[in-house]
Amino acid sequence: MTMAKMSLESVVRQQLETVCDPEIFTVSILDLGMVENISVREGTVTVELLPTFLGCPALGIIKENVIDAIRQLEEVKEVEVNYIKSPPWTTDRITEKGRQGLKEFGIAPPPAKLEDDGTWEVSCPYCGSKQSRVENIFGPSACRSILYCKQCKNPFEAMKPISTM
Amino acid sequence: MNREYKEAVVELLYQLADDDLLVSYRGSEWLGLVPHIEEDVAYSSITQNTMGHAAIYYGILEELGEGKVDDLAQLRPANERKNAIILEEKNGQGHWLYEEPRYDWAFTVVRNYFYEAIKKKKIDSLKQSTYEPLVQTAIKIDTEARYHLMHWQTWFEQLIRAGGEAEERMKAAIEKVWKDIGGVLSLGPNEEKIVSAGIIESEAVLKERFLADMKEKFAELGLEFPGEPGMERGDGRAGVHTEDLEEAIATLSEVYALDPAVPW
Repeated sequence: MTMAKMSLESVVRQQLETVCDPEIFTVSILDLGMVENISVREGTVTVELLPTFLGCPALGIIKENVIDAIRQLEEVKEVEVNYIKSPPWTTDRITEKGRQGLKEFGIAPPPAKLEDDGTWEVSCPYCGSKQSRVENIFGPSACRSILYCKQCKNPFEAMKPISTM
Repeated sequence: MNREYKEAVVELLYQLADDDLLVSYRGSEWLGLVPHIEEDVAYSSITQNTMGHAAIYYGILEELGEGKVDDLAQLRPANERKNAIILEEKNGQGHWLYEEPRYDWAFTVVRNYFYEAIKKKKIDSLKQSTYEPLVQTAIKIDTEARYHLMHWQTWFEQLIRAGGEAEERMKAAIEKVWKDIGGVLSLGPNEEKIVSAGIIESEAVLKERFLADMKEKFAELGLEFPGEPGMERGDGRAGVHTEDLEEAIATLSEVYALDPAVPW
């Protein structure tokens, strides 16, 4: 019984590898650090997700995509997906694989921390140079900022650092 | 949760939700009209986040049995709204759709800067709230709102330091906004219930912290400190509002109100 329960949980987890941010399809929601909890009880799967940005319009789409993905599993009878309020999602929840996925997409992964003077050090996703400047903390979506690489002279996007510190 | 405590929580949630909704609605009206394209990106992102903050508060109200999130945001009449009057005020002359918009950027910068500065004090206080969902929500909102405050503070400082017409317009906007900024600080007629239940600290405490920051900033920029914040047009928390709010609600709910059962 315990074995079966364990395995359905891991099957669900595996299935969630296929659910990506609808705008960044090289990073799964697992690698984004959005999945806080997966529980299985007699064929009913409950997934608790963390909202990245509270006003992000992708949240509803992601929830639907999670439901659809889990419904495809034969063993699953019912699915419930909820956004929970705690813990707060922060950018340090993004896995190493997630950071690689962001780079592949042309988005610099978020810096580990914000310096005390509000600046942050980011490597250009094209040439790797750290000689960049923030053009706009805000970007085309809530989670991204716009930067400029002084080395290869390309504009690029970086994930905005979010922390509770 | 006893009845009195719940009523106090509900009261404060409406204030927080309606403030964020109205300030972000006014922000949305600036789309495509701000001074430059980078600002369009920034302000619309701030507005989207802030609308998200309102939605989270309305979501807690839904959990408390107050009704559906969308209904709470869109269908409540003006006299039931709890937002501060200064937040419902139009951006300036004209209209983005019906006539040439001649909005006031100085007013917008000043209103948003003061609003975010006060919001920060409330958020910090809510982190110590006796109501756990508000603690969790405050921690999350703070991660986003700190960028908003940084943004408006930058504009505020730069336009003052620019001198000339910019500085003059900013001074006029400060004078105007200050007359009603007390409405954002207000916790309304039920303040005592809210504060004695430990949901947030008192208006006096929050005001003192806000004014301490402002005094420092005003001195740094060589501005004369305007004194006690006013609430000349009345307290929005008590249901006192202007025509501007009715116009705002009518516009923002126009599509939803056609048929609330339809998912848009």
